[in-house]
Amino acid sequence: MPVEPAIAVDQLVKVYGATRAVDGISFALAPGSITGLLGGNGAGKTTTIAMILGLVMPSSGSAKVLGAEMPRQRYQVLHRMNFESPYVDMPHRLTVRQNLKVFGRLYAVEQLGARIADIAAQLELGDFLDRPTGKLSAGQKTRVALAKALINRPDVLLLDEPTASLDPDTADWVRSRLERFREQHGATVLLASHNMSEVERLCERVIMMKNGRIEDDDTPRRLLTRYGRQTLEEVFLDVARGRGEAREAAQ
Amino acid sequence: MSAPATRAITFAPHRVAAMVLRYLYLLRSSWPRVLELIYWPTMQLFVWGFLQLYISQNAGFFARAGGMFIGAVLLWDILFRGQLGFSVSFLEEMWARNLGNLMISPLRPIEFVAALMIMSIVRLAIGMVPVSLMAIALFGFNIYGMGFALAAFFANLILTSWSVGILVSGILLRNGMGAESLAWTLMFVLLPLTCVYYPVGTLPPWLQVVAWALPPTYVFEGMRALVMDHVFRADLMAQALGLNAVYFCAAVIAFLQLLKSARRQGSLLQSGE
Repeated sequence: MPVEPAIAVDQLVKVYGATRAVDGISFALAPGSITGLLGGNGAGKTTTIAMILGLVMPSSGSAKVLGAEMPRQRYQVLHRMNFESPYVDMPHRLTVRQNLKVFGRLYAVEQLGARIADIAAQLELGDFLDRPTGKLSAGQKTRVALAKALINRPDVLLLDEPTASLDPDTADWVRSRLERFREQHGATVLLASHNMSEVERLCERVIMMKNGRIEDDDTPRRLLTRYGRQTLEEVFLDVARGRGEAREAAQ
Repeated sequence: MSAPATRAITFAPHRVAAMVLRYLYLLRSSWPRVLELIYWPTMQLFVWGFLQLYISQNAGFFARAGGMFIGAVLLWDILFRGQLGFSVSFLEEMWARNLGNLMISPLRPIEFVAALMIMSIVRLAIGMVPVSLMAIALFGFNIYGMGFALAAFFANLILTSWSVGILVSGILLRNGMGAESLAWTLMFVLLPLTCVYYPVGTLPPWLQVVAWALPPTYVFEGMRALVMDHVFRADLMAQALGLNAVYFCAAVIAFLQLLKSARRQGSLLQSGE
Protein backbone atom coordinates (compact mmCIF):
# COMPACT_ATOMS: atom_id res chain seq x y z
CA MET A 1 0.00 0.00 0.00
CA PRO A 2 1.52 3.36 -1.03
CA VAL A 3 2.45 5.72 1.79
CA GLU A 4 0.41 8.92 1.87
CA PRO A 5 2.58 12.00 1.30
CA ALA A 6 3.07 14.29 4.30
CA ILE A 7 2.58 17.27 1.99
CA ALA A 8 0.80 17.00 -1.35
CA VAL A 9 0.48 20.04 -3.59
CA ASP A 10 -1.56 19.65 -6.75
CA GLN A 11 -1.85 22.26 -9.51
CA LEU A 12 -1.63 24.99 -6.89
CA VAL A 13 -2.30 28.52 -8.12
CA LYS A 14 -2.35 31.86 -6.31
CA VAL A 15 -3.31 34.99 -8.20
CA TYR A 16 -3.06 38.50 -6.73
CA GLY A 17 -4.74 40.88 -9.16
CA ALA A 18 -2.83 40.49 -12.42
CA THR A 19 0.08 38.63 -10.80
CA ARG A 20 0.29 34.84 -10.72
CA ALA A 21 2.41 34.46 -7.57
CA VAL A 22 2.17 30.66 -7.78
CA ASP A 23 1.33 29.20 -11.15
CA GLY A 24 0.12 25.61 -11.17
CA ILE A 25 2.77 23.81 -9.13
CA SER A 26 2.57 20.17 -8.02
CA PHE A 27 4.78 18.11 -5.74
CA ALA A 28 4.48 15.51 -3.00
CA LEU A 29 6.80 15.12 -0.03
CA ALA A 30 7.30 11.72 1.56
CA PRO A 31 6.96 11.49 5.36
CA GLY A 32 10.29 12.09 7.06
CA SER A 33 11.84 13.77 4.03
CA ILE A 34 13.61 17.12 4.00
CA THR A 35 13.12 19.25 0.92
CA GLY A 36 14.48 22.61 -0.09
CA LEU A 37 12.37 25.15 -1.92
CA LEU A 38 14.79 27.34 -3.84
CA GLY A 39 14.12 30.46 -5.80
CA GLY A 40 14.93 34.13 -6.10
CA ASN A 41 12.88 36.97 -4.68
CA GLY A 42 9.29 36.78 -5.94
CA ALA A 43 9.67 33.17 -7.08
CA GLY A 44 6.62 32.17 -5.03
CA LYS A 45 8.30 30.24 -2.19
CA THR A 46 6.72 32.13 0.71
CA THR A 47 3.27 32.12 -0.91
CA THR A 48 3.57 28.37 -1.45
CA ILE A 49 4.51 27.83 2.19
CA ALA A 50 1.71 30.14 3.33
CA MET A 51 -0.81 28.11 1.33
CA ILE A 52 0.52 24.86 2.82
CA LEU A 53 0.13 26.43 6.28
CA GLY A 54 -3.42 27.52 5.51
CA LEU A 55 -2.56 31.21 5.90
CA VAL A 56 -3.35 31.96 2.27
CA MET A 57 -6.26 30.51 0.34
CA PRO A 58 -5.30 29.07 -3.06
CA SER A 59 -6.97 30.55 -6.13
CA SER A 60 -7.18 27.00 -7.48
CA GLY A 61 -5.61 23.61 -6.96
CA SER A 62 -5.02 22.03 -3.59
CA ALA A 63 -2.48 21.75 -0.78
CA LYS A 64 -2.85 18.81 1.58
CA VAL A 65 -0.95 18.27 4.81
CA LEU A 66 -1.11 14.83 6.45
CA GLY A 67 -4.20 14.21 4.36
CA ALA A 68 -6.03 17.40 5.40
CA GLU A 69 -6.93 19.97 2.77
CA MET A 70 -5.63 23.44 3.63
CA PRO A 71 -7.06 25.77 4.74
CA ARG A 72 -10.50 24.07 4.88
CA GLN A 73 -9.48 21.21 7.18
CA ARG A 74 -6.59 22.95 8.89
CA TYR A 75 -7.74 22.33 12.46
CA GLN A 76 -7.33 18.58 11.92
CA VAL A 77 -3.57 19.01 11.51
CA LEU A 78 -2.36 22.39 12.82
CA HIS A 79 -1.44 20.83 16.17
CA ARG A 80 0.93 18.48 14.27
CA MET A 81 2.61 21.27 12.31
CA ASN A 82 4.78 24.27 13.05
CA PHE A 83 6.58 27.06 11.29
CA GLU A 84 9.51 29.39 11.66
CA SER A 85 10.33 32.49 9.68
CA PRO A 86 12.29 35.69 10.25
CA TYR A 87 9.20 37.55 8.96
CA VAL A 88 7.18 36.53 12.01
CA ASP A 89 8.25 37.58 15.51
CA MET A 90 7.63 36.41 19.02
CA PRO A 91 6.15 38.99 21.44
CA HIS A 92 9.15 41.11 22.45
CA ARG A 93 8.18 42.03 26.00
CA LEU A 94 7.56 38.47 27.09
CA THR A 95 10.51 36.48 28.33
CA VAL A 96 11.61 33.45 26.37
CA ARG A 97 10.12 31.15 29.01
CA GLN A 98 6.79 33.03 28.97
CA ASN A 99 6.61 32.82 25.17
CA LEU A 100 7.33 29.10 25.21
CA LYS A 101 4.71 28.63 27.94
CA VAL A 102 2.06 30.44 25.91
CA PHE A 103 2.78 28.54 22.70
CA GLY A 104 3.17 25.26 24.56
CA ARG A 105 -0.31 25.73 25.99
CA LEU A 106 -1.75 26.69 22.62
CA TYR A 107 -0.38 23.40 21.25
CA ALA A 108 -1.51 21.49 24.37
CA VAL A 109 2.02 20.21 25.01
CA GLU A 110 1.99 17.71 27.86
CA GLN A 111 4.40 18.19 30.77
CA LEU A 112 5.18 21.63 29.44
CA GLY A 113 7.69 22.58 32.13
CA ALA A 114 9.81 19.53 31.33
CA ARG A 115 9.45 20.13 27.59
CA ILE A 116 10.64 23.74 27.96
CA ALA A 117 13.61 22.59 30.05
CA ASP A 118 14.40 19.93 27.46
CA ILE A 119 14.22 22.24 24.47
CA ALA A 120 16.14 24.96 26.34
CA ALA A 121 18.93 22.45 26.90
CA GLN A 122 18.91 21.27 23.28
CA LEU A 123 18.96 24.78 21.83
CA GLU A 124 21.12 26.24 24.60
CA LEU A 125 18.57 28.83 25.72
CA GLY A 126 19.32 28.45 29.42
CA ASP A 127 21.28 31.68 29.79
CA PHE A 128 18.47 33.87 28.50
CA LEU A 129 15.35 31.88 29.28
CA ASP A 130 14.12 34.60 31.64
CA ARG A 131 15.13 37.59 29.54
CA PRO A 132 12.66 39.55 27.37
CA THR A 133 12.71 38.12 23.85
CA GLY A 134 13.07 41.59 22.33
CA LYS A 135 16.38 42.14 24.10
CA LEU A 136 18.12 39.16 22.54
CA SER A 137 20.58 39.18 19.66
CA ALA A 138 19.45 38.07 16.18
CA GLY A 139 21.05 34.67 16.69
CA GLN A 140 19.41 34.17 20.07
CA LYS A 141 16.03 35.24 18.65
CA THR A 142 16.36 32.68 15.86
CA ARG A 143 17.05 29.98 18.44
CA VAL A 144 13.96 31.06 20.39
CA ALA A 145 11.86 31.02 17.20
CA LEU A 146 13.19 27.54 16.49
CA ALA A 147 12.31 26.47 20.04
CA LYS A 148 8.76 27.71 19.45
CA ALA A 149 8.65 25.82 16.14
CA LEU A 150 9.76 22.59 17.81
CA ILE A 151 7.82 22.93 21.08
CA ASN A 152 5.03 20.58 19.90
CA ARG A 153 7.42 18.07 18.25
CA PRO A 154 5.78 18.71 14.87
CA ASP A 155 5.35 15.98 12.27
CA VAL A 156 5.51 18.65 9.57
CA LEU A 157 7.88 21.59 9.94
CA LEU A 158 7.93 24.50 7.52
CA LEU A 159 10.85 26.87 7.58
CA ASP A 160 11.05 30.09 5.61
CA GLU A 161 14.67 31.20 5.42
CA PRO A 162 15.48 30.00 8.94
CA THR A 163 19.05 31.30 8.88
CA ALA A 164 18.51 34.63 7.14
CA SER A 165 20.56 37.44 8.75
CA LEU A 166 22.60 35.03 10.89
CA ASP A 167 26.38 34.88 10.90
CA PRO A 168 27.84 31.70 9.33
CA ASP A 169 28.68 30.13 12.67
CA THR A 170 25.21 30.61 14.17
CA ALA A 171 23.57 29.54 10.90
CA ASP A 172 25.62 26.35 10.94
CA TRP A 173 24.61 25.73 14.56
CA VAL A 174 20.92 26.14 13.67
CA ARG A 175 21.28 23.71 10.75
CA SER A 176 22.85 21.07 12.98
CA ARG A 177 19.94 21.35 15.44
CA LEU A 178 17.43 21.02 12.60
CA GLU A 179 19.22 17.92 11.33
CA ARG A 180 19.18 16.44 14.81
CA PHE A 181 15.47 17.13 15.29
CA ARG A 182 14.60 15.48 11.99
CA GLU A 183 16.71 12.44 12.75
CA GLN A 184 15.17 12.03 16.21
CA HIS A 185 11.52 12.69 15.30
CA GLY A 186 11.29 11.68 11.65
CA ALA A 187 9.56 14.95 10.84
CA THR A 188 8.87 16.10 7.30
CA VAL A 189 10.66 19.38 6.67
CA LEU A 190 10.09 21.87 3.87
CA LEU A 191 12.69 24.60 3.84
CA ALA A 192 12.51 27.74 1.72
CA SER A 193 15.89 29.37 1.38
CA HIS A 194 18.18 31.59 -0.64
CA ASN A 195 21.15 29.88 0.94
CA MET A 196 22.47 27.25 -1.46
CA SER A 197 25.01 25.68 0.88
CA GLU A 198 22.27 25.30 3.49
CA VAL A 199 20.02 23.49 1.03
CA GLU A 200 22.93 21.39 -0.24
CA ARG A 201 23.79 20.32 3.28
CA LEU A 202 20.32 19.69 4.68
CA CYS A 203 18.08 18.64 1.82
CA GLU A 204 17.71 15.36 0.04
CA ARG A 205 15.54 16.96 -2.60
CA VAL A 206 15.44 20.42 -4.13
CA ILE A 207 12.50 22.10 -5.80
CA MET A 208 13.57 25.14 -7.81
CA MET A 209 10.99 27.83 -8.41
CA LYS A 210 10.95 30.78 -10.75
CA ASN A 211 8.08 33.16 -11.52
CA GLY A 212 5.66 31.00 -9.53
CA ARG A 213 6.52 27.81 -11.40
CA ILE A 214 8.66 24.78 -10.65
CA GLU A 215 11.67 24.95 -12.94
CA ASP A 216 13.33 21.81 -11.66
CA ASP A 217 12.90 19.16 -8.99
CA ASP A 218 15.57 16.62 -8.15
CA THR A 219 18.19 15.53 -5.62
CA PRO A 220 21.09 17.96 -5.14
CA ARG A 221 23.54 15.43 -6.56
CA ARG A 222 21.53 14.78 -9.71
CA LEU A 223 20.97 18.50 -10.24
CA LEU A 224 24.74 19.09 -10.11
CA THR A 225 25.33 16.27 -12.59
CA ARG A 226 22.58 17.27 -14.98
CA TYR A 227 23.62 20.92 -15.05
CA GLY A 228 27.32 20.03 -15.08
CA ARG A 229 28.00 22.33 -12.15
CA GLN A 230 30.08 22.16 -8.97
CA THR A 231 27.65 23.90 -6.63
CA LEU A 232 23.92 24.40 -6.27
CA GLU A 233 24.55 28.13 -6.45
CA GLU A 234 25.72 27.73 -10.03
CA VAL A 235 22.69 25.57 -10.79
CA PHE A 236 20.47 28.21 -9.20
CA LEU A 237 22.01 30.92 -11.38
CA ASP A 238 21.52 28.77 -14.48
CA VAL A 239 17.86 28.30 -13.61
CA ALA A 240 17.36 31.92 -12.59
CA ARG A 241 18.90 33.19 -15.85
CA GLY A 242 17.14 30.64 -18.00
CA ARG A 243 20.32 28.83 -19.05
CA GLY A 244 19.32 25.50 -17.58
CA GLU A 245 17.49 24.05 -20.56
CA ALA A 246 20.20 25.09 -23.00
CA ARG A 247 22.95 23.57 -20.88
CA GLU A 248 21.05 20.31 -20.43
CA ALA A 249 20.31 20.14 -24.13
CA ALA A 250 23.98 20.70 -24.95
CA GLN A 251 24.99 17.91 -22.63
CA MET B 1 -19.73 12.97 14.69
CA SER B 2 -16.28 11.95 13.38
CA ALA B 3 -13.17 12.84 15.37
CA PRO B 4 -11.81 15.31 12.77
CA ALA B 5 -15.17 17.05 12.54
CA THR B 6 -15.35 17.32 16.33
CA ARG B 7 -11.84 18.72 16.44
CA ALA B 8 -12.76 21.35 13.86
CA ILE B 9 -15.53 22.82 16.00
CA THR B 10 -13.84 22.38 19.37
CA PHE B 11 -13.72 25.32 21.74
CA ALA B 12 -10.80 24.71 24.09
CA PRO B 13 -10.69 26.78 27.30
CA HIS B 14 -6.97 25.96 27.68
CA ARG B 15 -6.19 27.87 24.48
CA VAL B 16 -8.27 30.84 25.65
CA ALA B 17 -6.39 30.68 28.96
CA ALA B 18 -3.06 30.60 27.09
CA MET B 19 -3.94 33.82 25.27
CA VAL B 20 -5.15 35.52 28.45
CA LEU B 21 -1.89 34.49 30.10
CA ARG B 22 0.03 36.05 27.18
CA TYR B 23 -1.74 39.40 27.71
CA LEU B 24 -1.32 39.28 31.48
CA TYR B 25 2.41 38.68 31.02
CA LEU B 26 2.46 41.71 28.76
CA LEU B 27 0.65 43.96 31.25
CA ARG B 28 2.88 42.74 34.05
CA SER B 29 5.99 43.57 32.07
CA SER B 30 4.98 47.14 31.23
CA TRP B 31 3.87 49.61 33.91
CA PRO B 32 3.20 52.41 31.34
CA ARG B 33 0.55 50.15 29.79
CA VAL B 34 -1.14 49.79 33.19
CA LEU B 35 -0.83 53.50 33.96
CA GLU B 36 -2.41 54.38 30.64
CA LEU B 37 -5.45 52.29 31.58
CA ILE B 38 -6.09 54.49 34.64
CA TYR B 39 -4.85 57.85 33.37
CA TRP B 40 -7.58 58.89 30.91
CA PRO B 41 -10.59 57.69 32.93
CA THR B 42 -9.20 59.67 35.88
CA MET B 43 -8.82 62.83 33.78
CA GLN B 44 -12.37 62.41 32.47
CA LEU B 45 -13.68 61.98 35.99
CA PHE B 46 -12.00 65.19 37.19
CA VAL B 47 -13.26 67.31 34.28
CA TRP B 48 -16.87 66.12 34.42
CA GLY B 49 -16.94 65.79 38.19
CA PHE B 50 -15.92 69.40 38.76
CA LEU B 51 -18.22 70.62 35.99
CA GLN B 52 -21.09 68.80 37.66
CA LEU B 53 -20.11 70.31 41.01
CA TYR B 54 -20.07 73.82 39.53
CA ILE B 55 -23.42 73.70 37.76
CA SER B 56 -25.16 71.89 40.60
CA GLN B 57 -24.30 74.87 42.80
CA ASN B 58 -25.78 77.28 40.25
CA ALA B 59 -28.86 75.58 38.79
CA GLY B 60 -31.80 73.93 40.53
CA PHE B 61 -32.32 71.29 37.83
CA PHE B 62 -28.75 70.03 38.03
CA ALA B 63 -28.83 70.10 41.81
CA ARG B 64 -31.66 67.56 41.48
CA ALA B 65 -29.70 65.55 38.92
CA GLY B 66 -26.73 65.00 41.18
CA GLY B 67 -24.30 62.52 39.66
CA MET B 68 -25.84 62.52 36.18
CA PHE B 69 -22.67 63.67 34.45
CA ILE B 70 -20.39 61.53 36.53
CA GLY B 71 -22.64 58.53 35.93
CA ALA B 72 -22.62 59.30 32.21
CA VAL B 73 -18.85 59.62 32.05
CA LEU B 74 -18.31 56.38 33.96
CA LEU B 75 -20.74 54.47 31.74
CA TRP B 76 -19.25 56.02 28.60
CA ASP B 77 -15.85 54.84 29.77
CA ILE B 78 -17.18 51.29 30.13
CA LEU B 79 -18.27 51.48 26.49
CA PHE B 80 -15.14 53.18 25.17
CA ARG B 81 -12.54 51.43 27.33
CA GLY B 82 -14.22 48.07 26.80
CA GLN B 83 -13.76 48.41 23.05
CA LEU B 84 -10.27 49.81 23.43
CA GLY B 85 -9.31 46.94 25.77
CA PHE B 86 -10.44 44.48 23.12
CA SER B 87 -8.86 46.27 20.17
CA VAL B 88 -5.55 47.14 21.84
CA SER B 89 -5.00 43.51 22.88
CA PHE B 90 -5.57 42.57 19.24
CA LEU B 91 -3.27 45.36 18.06
CA GLU B 92 -0.54 44.06 20.39
CA GLU B 93 -0.35 40.98 18.13
CA MET B 94 0.04 43.13 15.05
CA TRP B 95 2.63 45.40 16.68
CA ALA B 96 4.55 42.29 17.80
CA ARG B 97 4.23 40.68 14.31
CA ASN B 98 2.91 37.63 16.14
CA LEU B 99 -0.30 37.17 14.19
CA GLY B 100 1.28 34.65 11.80
CA ASN B 101 2.37 32.47 14.72
CA LEU B 102 -1.15 32.52 16.17
CA MET B 103 -2.85 31.86 12.85
CA ILE B 104 -0.83 28.71 12.20
CA SER B 105 -1.39 27.46 15.75
CA PRO B 106 -4.45 25.40 16.74
CA LEU B 107 -6.05 28.57 18.19
CA ARG B 108 -9.55 29.01 16.71
CA PRO B 109 -10.77 32.51 15.79
CA ILE B 110 -13.61 32.20 18.28
CA GLU B 111 -11.14 31.30 21.06
CA PHE B 112 -9.03 34.30 20.10
CA VAL B 113 -12.13 36.52 20.32
CA ALA B 114 -13.05 34.98 23.71
CA ALA B 115 -9.56 35.78 25.05
CA LEU B 116 -9.85 39.36 23.79
CA MET B 117 -13.25 39.70 25.48
CA ILE B 118 -11.80 38.52 28.79
CA MET B 119 -8.89 40.93 28.43
CA SER B 120 -11.26 43.78 27.68
CA ILE B 121 -12.89 43.17 31.10
CA VAL B 122 -9.52 42.83 32.84
CA ARG B 123 -8.21 46.07 31.33
CA LEU B 124 -11.51 47.80 32.07
CA ALA B 125 -11.38 46.69 35.70
CA ILE B 126 -7.81 47.97 36.09
CA GLY B 127 -8.92 51.39 34.85
CA MET B 128 -12.44 51.72 36.17
CA VAL B 129 -12.35 50.28 39.67
CA PRO B 130 -9.88 52.91 41.02
CA VAL B 131 -11.73 55.68 39.16
CA SER B 132 -15.13 54.61 40.50
CA LEU B 133 -13.67 54.65 44.03
CA MET B 134 -12.30 58.15 43.36
CA ALA B 135 -15.81 59.23 42.28
CA ILE B 136 -17.10 58.15 45.69
CA ALA B 137 -14.28 59.85 47.58
CA LEU B 138 -14.15 63.13 45.64
CA PHE B 139 -17.69 63.71 44.39
CA GLY B 140 -19.81 61.49 46.61
CA PHE B 141 -21.08 59.57 43.57
CA ASN B 142 -21.36 55.83 44.22
CA ILE B 143 -21.93 54.03 40.94
CA TYR B 144 -22.19 50.74 42.86
CA GLY B 145 -25.26 52.19 44.56
CA MET B 146 -27.08 51.53 41.26
CA GLY B 147 -27.01 47.85 42.21
CA PHE B 148 -28.71 45.53 39.69
CA ALA B 149 -29.20 48.42 37.29
CA LEU B 150 -25.43 48.83 37.05
CA ALA B 151 -25.11 45.14 36.11
CA ALA B 152 -27.69 45.63 33.35
CA PHE B 153 -25.98 48.83 32.12
CA PHE B 154 -22.58 47.14 32.21
CA ALA B 155 -23.73 44.02 30.35
CA ASN B 156 -25.29 46.05 27.55
CA LEU B 157 -22.38 48.47 27.21
CA ILE B 158 -19.71 45.76 27.23
CA LEU B 159 -21.64 43.79 24.60
CA THR B 160 -21.70 46.83 22.32
CA SER B 161 -18.01 47.48 22.96
CA TRP B 162 -17.17 43.88 22.01
CA SER B 163 -19.23 44.11 18.82
CA VAL B 164 -17.30 47.22 17.76
CA GLY B 165 -14.00 45.63 18.88
CA ILE B 166 -14.66 42.45 16.89
CA LEU B 167 -15.56 44.45 13.78
CA VAL B 168 -12.47 46.66 14.08
CA SER B 169 -10.24 43.58 14.56
CA GLY B 170 -11.68 42.02 11.41
CA ILE B 171 -10.98 45.21 9.46
CA LEU B 172 -7.41 45.25 10.83
CA LEU B 173 -6.90 41.63 9.78
CA ARG B 174 -8.13 42.38 6.30
CA ASN B 175 -6.52 45.79 5.76
CA GLY B 176 -3.48 45.75 8.04
CA MET B 177 -2.13 48.54 10.20
CA GLY B 178 -3.41 51.20 7.78
CA ALA B 179 -6.73 50.76 9.55
CA GLU B 180 -5.26 51.16 13.06
CA SER B 181 -6.79 54.60 13.61
CA LEU B 182 -10.25 53.01 13.45
CA ALA B 183 -9.47 51.21 16.70
CA TRP B 184 -8.96 54.55 18.45
CA THR B 185 -11.68 56.61 16.79
CA LEU B 186 -14.61 54.48 15.63
CA MET B 187 -16.31 54.52 19.00
CA PHE B 188 -16.47 58.33 18.99
CA VAL B 189 -19.17 58.14 16.31
CA LEU B 190 -21.38 56.79 19.08
CA LEU B 191 -20.63 59.65 21.49
CA PRO B 192 -23.09 62.18 20.00
CA LEU B 193 -25.49 59.59 18.60
CA THR B 194 -26.04 57.58 21.78
CA CYS B 195 -26.86 60.72 23.78
CA VAL B 196 -24.35 60.15 26.55
CA TYR B 197 -24.79 63.59 28.19
CA TYR B 198 -28.28 64.67 27.03
CA PRO B 199 -31.72 63.10 26.50
CA VAL B 200 -32.61 61.57 23.13
CA GLY B 201 -35.35 64.20 22.77
CA THR B 202 -32.62 66.81 22.25
CA LEU B 203 -31.79 65.33 18.82
CA PRO B 204 -33.75 66.22 15.67
CA PRO B 205 -36.42 63.57 14.95
CA TRP B 206 -34.55 61.91 12.05
CA LEU B 207 -31.44 61.50 14.21
CA GLN B 208 -33.51 60.06 17.04
CA VAL B 209 -34.31 57.12 14.74
CA VAL B 210 -30.57 56.49 14.38
CA ALA B 211 -30.02 56.91 18.13
CA TRP B 212 -32.69 54.34 19.01
CA ALA B 213 -30.98 51.83 16.71
CA LEU B 214 -27.93 51.91 18.99
CA PRO B 215 -27.99 49.88 22.24
CA PRO B 216 -26.01 52.38 24.38
CA THR B 217 -28.74 54.99 23.83
CA TYR B 218 -31.07 52.81 25.90
CA VAL B 219 -28.45 52.52 28.63
CA PHE B 220 -27.86 56.27 28.91
CA GLU B 221 -31.60 56.98 28.88
CA GLY B 222 -31.96 54.27 31.55
CA MET B 223 -29.20 55.85 33.62
CA ARG B 224 -30.89 59.26 33.49
CA ALA B 225 -34.22 57.72 34.49
CA LEU B 226 -32.51 56.07 37.44
CA VAL B 227 -30.57 59.13 38.59
CA MET B 228 -33.31 61.74 37.96
CA ASP B 229 -36.54 59.82 38.61
CA HIS B 230 -35.22 56.86 40.63
CA VAL B 231 -36.85 54.44 38.18
CA PHE B 232 -35.15 51.37 36.68
CA ARG B 233 -36.36 51.01 33.09
CA ALA B 234 -36.16 47.24 32.52
CA ASP B 235 -37.94 47.69 29.18
CA LEU B 236 -35.05 49.83 27.89
CA MET B 237 -32.51 47.23 29.03
CA ALA B 238 -34.42 44.40 27.33
CA GLN B 239 -34.55 46.34 24.05
CA ALA B 240 -30.83 47.12 24.29
CA LEU B 241 -30.09 43.45 24.91
CA GLY B 242 -32.10 42.45 21.83
CA LEU B 243 -30.22 44.95 19.67
CA ASN B 244 -26.91 43.85 21.18
CA ALA B 245 -27.61 40.22 20.31
CA VAL B 246 -28.17 41.22 16.69
CA TYR B 247 -25.06 43.44 16.50
CA PHE B 248 -22.85 40.90 18.27
CA CYS B 249 -23.84 38.10 15.87
CA ALA B 250 -23.38 40.45 12.91
CA ALA B 251 -19.91 41.45 14.18
CA VAL B 252 -18.81 37.80 14.60
CA ILE B 253 -20.04 36.95 11.09
CA ALA B 254 -18.27 40.03 9.68
CA PHE B 255 -15.06 39.07 11.53
CA LEU B 256 -15.11 35.54 10.08
CA GLN B 257 -15.80 36.89 6.59
CA LEU B 258 -12.98 39.45 6.90
CA LEU B 259 -10.65 36.68 8.14
CA LYS B 260 -11.59 34.60 5.10
CA SER B 261 -10.97 37.60 2.89
CA ALA B 262 -7.56 38.12 4.58
CA ARG B 263 -6.68 34.52 3.70
CA ARG B 264 -7.62 35.17 0.08
CA GLN B 265 -5.72 38.46 0.11
CA GLY B 266 -2.65 36.92 1.77
CA SER B 267 -2.50 39.57 4.48
CA LEU B 268 -2.21 37.26 7.50
CA LEU B 269 1.49 36.55 7.21
CA GLN B 270 2.61 40.11 6.68
CA SER B 271 0.32 42.31 8.71
CA GLY B 272 1.98 45.65 8.08
CA GLU B 273 0.51 48.72 6.46
